Amino acid sequence: MSEFLIMLVSTILVNNFVLVQFLGLCPFMGVSNKLETAMGMALATTFVLTLASASSYIVFNWILVPLGLEFLKTISFILVIAVLVQFTEMVIQKTSPLLYRVLGIFLPLITTNCAVLGVALLNLKKDSSFFESLTYGLGASLGFGLVLILFSAMRERLNQSDVPKPFKGSAIGLITAGLMSLAFMGFAGLAPV
Amino acid sequence: MIIIIAILVLLSLAGVFGALLGFSAIRFKPEGDPVVAQIDSLLPQTQCGQCGHPGCKPYATAIANGEAINKCPPGGMATVEAIANLLDVDVVPLDAETDENPIPLVAIIREDECIGCTKCIQACPVDAILGAAKLMHTVIESECTGCDLCLEPCPVDCIDMVEIPTTIHTWSWSPPENHKLKANLIVTDGESL
Repeated sequence: MSEFLIMLVSTILVNNFVLVQFLGLCPFMGVSNKLETAMGMALATTFVLTLASASSYIVFNWILVPLGLEFLKTISFILVIAVLVQFTEMVIQKTSPLLYRVLGIFLPLITTNCAVLGVALLNLKKDSSFFESLTYGLGASLGFGLVLILFSAMRERLNQSDVPKPFKGSAIGLITAGLMSLAFMGFAGLAPV
Repeated sequence: MIIIIAILVLLSLAGVFGALLGFSAIRFKPEGDPVVAQIDSLLPQTQCGQCGHPGCKPYATAIANGEAINKCPPGGMATVEAIANLLDVDVVPLDAETDENPIPLVAIIREDECIGCTKCIQACPVDAILGAAKLMHTVIESECTGCDLCLEPCPVDCIDMVEIPTTIHTWSWSPPENHKLKANLIVTDGESL
């Protein structure tokens, strides 16, 4: 049990996918302009990422390994992720049409969120068990959601503040992300890598 | 040989996923367009037609399809801001001839000239005109939205649009400059107001 907790802390804070491993930066910059949108994106990504890491484990270990087709892993993972994203898109369109409208192009773009494929491939590299993969995916997505929401709250305030002209918009956003990343490096040592 | 197995595996994976998606597309089919209903509930429901649409619901449908959100004079800036917040778009100043903060108008019937034709009663979208055939009509001022739809049908031109005078009850301090900027430090602050 405790190893799963350590794994969660490790993926959420110490090895945060966005701020420490620099994966999934496009939705991090793209959907962080408004707090509510960021929350919706965080939820959708959590759903996709957790399910994707579990189902890519199943596809790899139950289908590809017995047939000796390990070299198909990248393409089949992308297939799995794309299907999950499509599915999430349908569910969101049904349950929250407003969120669907607001997320717009960024919802199908979860497919190309490098963190999602990154988690699936890193799971293989670490040779994790099924539950370890699930925890890793959950932790990664919680970490992604955490920094996305924190960052969007800061950006809402940045939008209202008096920023020098050359730094307006994305520029100050990237600087802020860099500072956040520095801050998150302070978590190193909290849990083993 | 392995190539053929690989192709077969990929094909069958794609087939299974396709079937899943096809099933969920039927299962999660959205009914109607709930966004239209939410926009409609923000419009003032005067059905005045000043936006160029036959009523509030058609205008809500048009907004959902990308029409400008600033064509509703009875709703004023408050409606524009509410819709902008709902759809996560920028607030634009109210369209057309009216100023940003139009002086509220109210219709007044010159009662000694009224012939009791009831034509203005039928024209009024909010039922703010009281009266009966061949009897004098009058306007319930608190219900009148100042949409001026009753001016046109009146055969004797006995209806005037007058500005609502500032009384000791309606006067208020003018807001400080840039109050919109300062009032909502973050976007979500606006919701609790």
